[in-house]
Amino acid sequence: MKTPLLVFNQKGIYCEAADVYLDPWKPVKKAIISHGHADHSRWGHQQYITHHTNVPIIKHRLDDISVTGKAWNETFTINGVKFSLHPAGHIVGSSQIRVEHKGEVWVFTGDYKTEDDGLAVPYEVVKCHTFITECTFGLPAFKWLPQQQVFNDINNWWQQNQDDGRTSILFGYSLGKAQRLLKHLDTSIGKIYTHGAVENMTEVVREIADLPPTEKITRDTKKEDIKGNIVIAPPSTHGSPWIKKMVPYVTASASGWMTFRGARRRRAIDKGFVLSDHCDWQGLLTSIKATGPEKVICTHGYTDIFSRFLAEQGYDARTEQTQYEEENAEQTSKEKD
Amino acid sequence: MKQFAELIRTLDSTNKTTLKVEALAHYFKTASDKDKVWTIAILSHRRPPRPVNTRLMREWASAFSKIPLWLFEESYHIVGDLAETIALVIPPSEESSEKSLNQFLQEIIELKARSEEEKKEYLYESWFSLNYYERFVFTKLITGSFRIGVSQKLMTRALSKATEIDEDILAYKLMGNWDPATTTFTDLVLEEKPEDYLSKPYPFYLAYAIEDEPQSLGDVKEWAAEHKWDGIRSQVIIRNGELFVWSRGEELVTDKYPEFEKFINLIPDGTVIDGEILPFPKNEIGTFKDLQTRIGRKNITKKLLEKTPVILKAYDLLEWKGEDIRENAYQNRREILEQLFTEVASEEIPLHLSSTISFQTWDEVAKERERSREVKSEGLMLKRWDSPYLVGRKKGDWWKWKVDPLTIDAVLTYAMRGHGRRSNLFTDYTFGLWDDEKEELVTFAKAYSGLTDAEFRKVDAWIKKNTLERFGPVRSVTPHHVFEIAFEGIAESTRHKSGVATRFPRILRWRKDKKIEEANTLEDLKALIPK
Repeated sequence: MKTPLLVFNQKGIYCEAADVYLDPWKPVKKAIISHGHADHSRWGHQQYITHHTNVPIIKHRLDDISVTGKAWNETFTINGVKFSLHPAGHIVGSSQIRVEHKGEVWVFTGDYKTEDDGLAVPYEVVKCHTFITECTFGLPAFKWLPQQQVFNDINNWWQQNQDDGRTSILFGYSLGKAQRLLKHLDTSIGKIYTHGAVENMTEVVREIADLPPTEKITRDTKKEDIKGNIVIAPPSTHGSPWIKKMVPYVTASASGWMTFRGARRRRAIDKGFVLSDHCDWQGLLTSIKATGPEKVICTHGYTDIFSRFLAEQGYDARTEQTQYEEENAEQTSKEKD
Repeated sequence: MKQFAELIRTLDSTNKTTLKVEALAHYFKTASDKDKVWTIAILSHRRPPRPVNTRLMREWASAFSKIPLWLFEESYHIVGDLAETIALVIPPSEESSEKSLNQFLQEIIELKARSEEEKKEYLYESWFSLNYYERFVFTKLITGSFRIGVSQKLMTRALSKATEIDEDILAYKLMGNWDPATTTFTDLVLEEKPEDYLSKPYPFYLAYAIEDEPQSLGDVKEWAAEHKWDGIRSQVIIRNGELFVWSRGEELVTDKYPEFEKFINLIPDGTVIDGEILPFPKNEIGTFKDLQTRIGRKNITKKLLEKTPVILKAYDLLEWKGEDIRENAYQNRREILEQLFTEVASEEIPLHLSSTISFQTWDEVAKERERSREVKSEGLMLKRWDSPYLVGRKKGDWWKWKVDPLTIDAVLTYAMRGHGRRSNLFTDYTFGLWDDEKEELVTFAKAYSGLTDAEFRKVDAWIKKNTLERFGPVRSVTPHHVFEIAFEGIAESTRHKSGVATRFPRILRWRKDKKIEEANTLEDLKALIPK
């Protein structure tokens, strides 16, 4: 039996024919990276290959690394295996990785979403024989509303809090969610303040995308200046002393997990906005159908449930263990959906 | 319904008590009287009987959503709330119904007698005519208890704010048996009508656990101690020649304890006693397990009455000669109670007095507490001699000082996802102890509480990575973690595989320092059963 084009081993998703890893979780020689989130672009590889818009992002995160940037749809060949990157729509600079060898095509999605968020280059369907898909939100309970509706809610919430004399604190992961939020905030309501981690990452993303002005909260920022405005901060700052400067404030989280009332209550957050950078249930099913694969491999999320459903729909579907964020809504330090 | 759903949405959008009270008070000022009565009923857990069983609801919801039943069930295990799952899974609707909350509830009440087909049709029409929050609320009204982070106390506070009626008086008015379908808001809340109060109990005064050493309470002579009995805290009311027995859960349980009918001709009208219902087989206090044979039964047979009779262990007197004496000092109330007891006591009457004990030193109190298990109590209650009988759980005048629980080290063997704020997290655990040969772990208890949120998250992540097998919502896990399990009581049981039943088991701590070989055996557990 011939070795499959991609296998899942101890270090990551491995292409033996090219001796290359996709989003490996252990240090390797050569790694093709789908996007800049910490669980997909880890430290310690000798060589990184990624989309050129992701280069400044992973350089910011991983510092001194050897990295090559590629354009969308640009084919590069390693040991006779053809690779190319295609927009995944997850966050700025995120790609799907297409692998072709002897007429066989595999696509690894990394993380992706089907809705155009106005910031990341929108997701593109890539036909393949084997589709390796995430399924973070692979349950029929997850249904996203059009983002315009969600941002109307967010802006109304901000306006209401301002009318009540309160500051709005909106939690979102510093890479991806934070920029998506500030891109769509209505700056006629007030000013956007940021936590340092968000500000630094936003500076990097400004090289690639047009974003409204923000002001970093420092020791010198006056309490009364912040009042009634909005603050974008990483989820980890919830309940930290840093946040005390914002009193009186109202907190909200923007995440796919906010679908569950329990998830919001458990975190003791006031308001939950359902806004995700992943596919919802229907988004996953639609993209799988459009991709037209013979085989589907589910990597992270509700893998067992999702692959069982796919199998019932007639797909040859299975799951593989990876070390990307699992069916886990609890890793507050990295809530980056 | 719009207004009620909007209220729930607002309550759901804040984590701050003051804002919740504000939202509720606003609702109580603006909603229709009928809707207000229903809202009070729902938030105090008086919902109409369930018109459709949940199995059918799950089947229909999965059919309407066009997903297989197993996928609906899996979603339910993860979401952790049936109404929420249904509201999320069935196709969204942007409709919003003009029907009032009252109208929906009348329909839900009438639905019970309808045919299965009619029920299905009603649910289909309702679900697709409601937006997300209305749909969630509607389904919640049908499926079960309305726990949404609003306690009855908080609701009462808001109602007090809206009506300017004293909170304690409202608590009293809202107690007991009233039917929201026939009660008006004026009757229930606004109007003072003494004749309605015939069966009404007083709100129970509850104590917090003592935080420091009892020495911190000051002069021991100002305090009375008595044993904290392990039964059902109850109020026994004799008014107008009638008997009413209320449990602490505000349930009228008179019919379950026919023994107490003997009180009617002995205890004068206008008397309310606060006490504990205790099992009394073979003329001595039994275990809580004995009492359980009485609690669940609809039919109290003669045989059962003979096998497990009950007594009332009296703690306090709240009403005497038709007068509310809760403001009197505890000492005074006790004097009257003791006098009453002396007058009526006999072997035939199932009334016992929970004796109060005066002490000279706190050390003596501590010694008495050590005797608790021996006398079958849970520990001591400390009450200030000059304290009034307050409403609800209050600090200061009354404290409970329970005995330290029994503990044993057990191994985590199975896990299930939790509900409500623990949805999607594995927080419901099953624990095993070694059999005699230390070859096999035998399940002995389940526990859901005792870890911090951070610890639950760690155990949850570990469970997801170390699952051996899945049985529906339950996962078996690699035996690896040892937890110290605390419990209040222990008794032999033929219903449990281990042969032992424990009372109120919970996790005391995560014993990361112990290997599974060091966990206790079933024999160790059995050695704790009182002889």
